[in-house]
Amino acid sequence: MDQLQLAENVEKYLRGELNDAEKKAFEEARQNSAELDQMVVEYQSFIEQIERYGDVRQFKSTLYDTHQTLQEDGFIKELKIKASARIINLWSRYRRVAVVAASIAGITALFISGMITLFSPKTPFNDIEELRRKVSSLERQSSNQRNELNKFKSKIEPGASVKFGGTSFMIDAKGYLATSAHVLKGAKKIYVQNHEGEEFLAEIVESDQIADIAILKITDADFKPSKQLPYGFAKTTTDLSEPVYTLGYPKDEIVYNEGYLSSKTGLDGDTLSCQLTISANPGNSGGPVLNKNGEVIGILSARQASANGVVFATKSKNIYKLLQTMRESDTSNTVKIHNNSSIKNINRSSQVKKVQEHVYMVKVVLG
Amino acid sequence: MGITEQEKIAFKAIGNNEKEAIELVYKENYGLIQHFVVYNNGTEDDARDIFQEAMMVLYEKSKQPDFELTCQIKTYLYSVCRRLWLKKLQHARRIEMQIENFDNIVPVEEDLEDHEKLTKQYLIMRTAMGKIGEPCKSLIEAFYVHHKNMQEIAGFFGYTNADNAKNQKYKCLVRLKKLFFAQYKNQ
Repeated sequence: MDQLQLAENVEKYLRGELNDAEKKAFEEARQNSAELDQMVVEYQSFIEQIERYGDVRQFKSTLYDTHQTLQEDGFIKELKIKASARIINLWSRYRRVAVVAASIAGITALFISGMITLFSPKTPFNDIEELRRKVSSLERQSSNQRNELNKFKSKIEPGASVKFGGTSFMIDAKGYLATSAHVLKGAKKIYVQNHEGEEFLAEIVESDQIADIAILKITDADFKPSKQLPYGFAKTTTDLSEPVYTLGYPKDEIVYNEGYLSSKTGLDGDTLSCQLTISANPGNSGGPVLNKNGEVIGILSARQASANGVVFATKSKNIYKLLQTMRESDTSNTVKIHNNSSIKNINRSSQVKKVQEHVYMVKVVLG
Repeated sequence: MGITEQEKIAFKAIGNNEKEAIELVYKENYGLIQHFVVYNNGTEDDARDIFQEAMMVLYEKSKQPDFELTCQIKTYLYSVCRRLWLKKLQHARRIEMQIENFDNIVPVEEDLEDHEKLTKQYLIMRTAMGKIGEPCKSLIEAFYVHHKNMQEIAGFFGYTNADNAKNQKYKCLVRLKKLFFAQYKNQ
């Protein structure tokens, strides 16, 4: 009898699942073999251990739940002891810790101030001024950028003014990108730039002003298509409170931001979009919004100026819809997107590393 | 003070992990223990931990066939908590305990020794379970803790048939056994 068979028999015997004849045979064998007997005893106690482990765990969780319920129902309240008693308690408890902490703090402070006087360079006042000038020049630069971005100001929502910038991302590795339609408003020529700074000429192949999606195709001869996209496209909306993140170009360098899904509808209950709480800036428009599995759940489109951190994204199922209409009007069209993400089980920073290669800055030359 | 029939039923029910009974005992006794711990240099969290550990002792005793509760649940819980908290205070070298006039104390030292032993075993099993990894952990739990049969398990874990699942379970059990006894014998 092999080990597996034997173990199974022992277990059946212990659970009383053997029939009479089998049981008799087993007990006989057990009497004749000290080894088998030993195995039965060991097995029994081991399985009891496992079962006890399970029971205890369940009991602990019941206790935990009970405590939680009673606390919520107000049966368990925090005891208020008199302030002075509390302070004396705290003092007597932490007296030793406090003494040690104070002396360590003292020594460290002396040590550090010694080190600082020893090593700090004698800073001339010029350096500091220069720094300030740099800051102000940076400020000027960024205000120029802001002004430029404001040119794309949309007039869709007069009540809640929204600002736009330009990001796009690959939906098909052959060179098809998705972005927000409003980013391309009044465009004469469109360039997209990848995270390494390479620029490619692109053109609009389809756009839907209502859903605020546009699909671009890179027409540049320099563009080399990549094999496969790491992320997939979700057909359904993520649940409320699920963490999401986005990548975009609010400045020349790619920027990562994270937040969560706060509502399944957009501004004034718009069902084409959803609401996120995430920090986004002009320039993030058109960027992908991904969930923790690395699936694109939407395209970042706008933020509400009157509230902080409230951002709207067009749901990704609208991309599917738009592609469907494209296919209907042009049968030669071969844009394909898939819903399985290959970065599902890797950590966030590795995900981002893979995703950022497919996120492009959109540069619009106005006509 | 003797023990009523009602208390006996509640005591048995705790061993069976019955929610209503646990909640009842919790409601009736938590306040006293909380008061005791918080007024003796403890925090709210200490009170909760001590009380839940005492409930655990009660649970173990209820499961033990040869144990008979001879005093009220309240008295037993208080005695256990008192002992546990005193030990914790001594451990932290804070022995300024206000001795309360509570004459209903039963000796629980032996019970606590048993409890310590069982807790150690539980922790060893927990560590071993943590080390065998998935799907072994879920497989073993499904069979021995949730008492699912092999057909269900095969379906749930995506094995082609019950025999495959059985085979896998056996391998997992052997690994778990090795991990468990490696620690257990060290104790």
